[in-house]
Amino acid sequence: MTTVANTGRSSVEDDSPEDVLDERTRTDPPNEQLPPAAAETLPEDRPRAVSARTMDDNLSLAGAASSSLAVTWLLYEQVLPFSGKLGFFLTWYVLFVALYALVTALSHPRPIVVDRIWTAIVHGAAAVVGLSIVVVVIYTFAKGWPALRHVNFYVHPMSGVSAGEAPLNQGGIYNAIVGSLIEVAIAVAISLPLGIATAIYMTEVGGKAARVVRTVVEAMTALPDLVAGLFIYAFLIVALGQSKTGLAAALALSITMLPIIARSSEVVLRVVPGGLREASLALGAPQWRTVLSVVLPTARSGLGTALILGIARGIGETAPVLITSGASTYLNYNPTVDPMNSLPLFAYTGIRSGQPLYITRGYGAASVLLAIVLVLFILVRLLARQRDTSR
Amino acid sequence: MVAPADSLTGVPVDEEPRALRSTLSRGDSIFRNTVRACGLLVLVITGSIGVFLGYQAIPTLHHYGFGFFTRSQFIPELNEVGILSAIVGTIVVAVIALVIAFPIAVLTALYISDYAPGRLRSYLISLVDLMAAIPSIIYGAWGAAFLMPHLVFVSRWLDQWFGWTWIFRVPGANPSDANFGQSFFDASEFDAAVVVALMVIPLACSVMRNVFAQTPIGEKEGAYALGSTRAGMIRTVVLPFGRGGIIGGTMLGLGRALGETVAVLLILSANYDLNVHFLRNGGVTISSLIATRFGEATGTQLASLLAAGFVLFLMTLLVNTIAGVIVSRSRSGAGVDA
Repeated sequence: MTTVANTGRSSVEDDSPEDVLDERTRTDPPNEQLPPAAAETLPEDRPRAVSARTMDDNLSLAGAASSSLAVTWLLYEQVLPFSGKLGFFLTWYVLFVALYALVTALSHPRPIVVDRIWTAIVHGAAAVVGLSIVVVVIYTFAKGWPALRHVNFYVHPMSGVSAGEAPLNQGGIYNAIVGSLIEVAIAVAISLPLGIATAIYMTEVGGKAARVVRTVVEAMTALPDLVAGLFIYAFLIVALGQSKTGLAAALALSITMLPIIARSSEVVLRVVPGGLREASLALGAPQWRTVLSVVLPTARSGLGTALILGIARGIGETAPVLITSGASTYLNYNPTVDPMNSLPLFAYTGIRSGQPLYITRGYGAASVLLAIVLVLFILVRLLARQRDTSR
Repeated sequence: MVAPADSLTGVPVDEEPRALRSTLSRGDSIFRNTVRACGLLVLVITGSIGVFLGYQAIPTLHHYGFGFFTRSQFIPELNEVGILSAIVGTIVVAVIALVIAFPIAVLTALYISDYAPGRLRSYLISLVDLMAAIPSIIYGAWGAAFLMPHLVFVSRWLDQWFGWTWIFRVPGANPSDANFGQSFFDASEFDAAVVVALMVIPLACSVMRNVFAQTPIGEKEGAYALGSTRAGMIRTVVLPFGRGGIIGGTMLGLGRALGETVAVLLILSANYDLNVHFLRNGGVTISSLIATRFGEATGTQLASLLAAGFVLFLMTLLVNTIAGVIVSRSRSGAGVDA
C-alpha cells in the first residue's frame, strides 16, 4: 500500500511549482508527513524531493519503450507485409502504450495503470505537435536553401528573368517582398485603428450591441480567407469595376486581420485593472482621457502583441491575394494601379509550377515568409517578457 | 444606511429621493459614439460580405434552381453547374480533419495546462500560437511534397484491413499487390485532411487551453486530496469544467477546416466526380473549386463561383457563431475569477 500512496502522490506533485499543495509540503517539517518506512531511508534534516521519479517509473518506461521497439521491428520489418516509416512509428507507439500498461499492471492497481496510460498518451500527442512544427520549419528552409544562398534573391526583382529556366543567381523576389510589405502596411493602417476601437467599444462601453459585436468578431476570426478575397472581388472588381491591384489585396487582408487584432486587443484591455480606471475617473478625468492616458498605455505591450499576431496572419494569407491582386514579375511600388506580387502568391505559383528551379524559388519565398513570421513571434515573446518584468 | 439621513435634524422626510442620472460630457459622448461606430462598422462589414456575395449568387440560384445543390458536375460551358461534390468534399475533408485533430488538440491542451513543467509552459503556448500563424501555403507545400509519400502507406493499410467497411475502400486499387499502384492512394481527400488537421490543432488547442487554465485550483486540489491520480483529476475536474471550451474550440476548428483553401489546393488533385471514398485519389472542395476555376472565370461561371463562395460563407458563419455562443455560455466564460 505504501508504494501506491507514494507513486500517487509523486505523480501529483511534480506538477507546477506554484501549486499550493506543493508549497505546503515543502514548508512543513518533512518527518510528520512521511510514512515511517520512508522516513528511515531519508536523511533527518533534508526535505524529501517531491518531484523525484522512482526507479520503478523510469525502468518500466525504458523497458516498455525498448521492448516495443524490438517487437515492432520484428513484426514490421520481418513478419508482416507492412511498409512506410510513418506506419512504423505509429505501430511502435501503440505497442509502447500497450506494453507500458502491461508492465505497470504487473505491480500496480488500476488507477495507476490508467494514470500512466494517460500520461503516455498526453505526452505522445504533445510530441506529435512539437515534432510536426519542427519538421515543417526545417523542411521548408532546406528546400529553399539553394535559392536563399544567393544575395540577388533578396534584392533583385524577377523582371526579365524566366523563373523556370534562369539559374538561381539571376533574379529574385524583391518585387514580391516589396508587394507584401506594401499590402500589409495598408492593411495594418486600416485594421489596427478599427480593431483597437472595436476592442475599446467591447470592453469600455459595453452593452447589448457590444456583445453582438463580440460574437460576430469571434465568428469572423475563423472566416475563410478565401471568402474575404471573394467579397473584395465581388465588391471592388465586379461591382465597382476596379482592376486587380495591390490595394484590393490589402483591403482583403485587412478584413482577415481585423477580427484577430480586435479579439486579441479585447483580451488585453479586459485585464487592465479596474482600479486604474476608477482612480482616473475619481480624479475627474472624462472617460476618453481615461482610455487614452490610462487604459491604452497600460495595455501597450499587449496591444503590440495583438498587432504582431495580426501582421503574422495577414502576411501569409495566400487565398485572398490569389484572387484580388494578380501576379506581376516586375517591380511595382504603386498599390493603386497594376497587379502586385506578394510572397505567398509567388511561393504558391512557384511550388505549383512543376519546374524544378521555379519550385526552388517558390520554397525560397516560402522560407522568407516563414522567417518573417518567426521573427514576429520572437518579438511577441520579447514584448511579453517586458510586460512581465515591468510589473 | 438603515436610518434616513434626516433623522439627525428631525425634519420629516417626505421628498422623493433624487433620481441618479449621469450625463456624459461632450467629449465622452463623442468618444463613445466614435468607438460605437467602429464596432458597428465591423458588423456592417461582416453583413456586407454576406449581402454582396448573396446578391451575386441570386442570378445563379435563379438560373439553376435547386439543381445547383444536387448536381455534382461543374461545367459552365455546357450549362451544367452543381456543387454537390464540392459540398460533400468540403464536409468529408473537414470531418476527417476534425477526427484527427480533436484528440490531439485536447491532449496537447491538457499537456500544456496540467503536465508541462511551469517554465516550459509559456514557451509551449507561443509554440502553439506560432503553429497557428504559419501560413497555410507552407503546410500545403510540406504536406504535398513530404507527408504524402508517407501517408500512401497508411492509406494502403487502411484499405487493406478496413476496406470491407466500404468507406475505406479504394475502388480499382489492389492493396495486397506488391506493386499496388500508389497513384490510387495519392492526392486524396485523406491526405488533404491530415494537413488541414495540423492547421486546425493549434486553433482548437489554444481555445481549449485557455479554458482548462481557468479550472478552479480548489477543485483540482480537492480531487488530489481525495486521493485521485492526475488522470483521475483530469477526468473528473478539468474535462467536465472545460466541456464548453472543448466543444467551442472544435467548432472553431471545424470552421477553419471548412474554409481552408491553399493547402487543399496544393494536395488534392482536382476531380469533380462525387467521391466519398476519401482514401482514393482526387476530389474537390468548395474553396479549391473556387480557387482553381477563378483564374479563367468569366460571366456566368464567375457568378456561380461567387454563389459557391456564398454557400461556404454561410456554412462557416453558422459553425463559427455556434462555436462562439457555446464558448461564451459555458461555465468557463469570463465570469470565472478563480
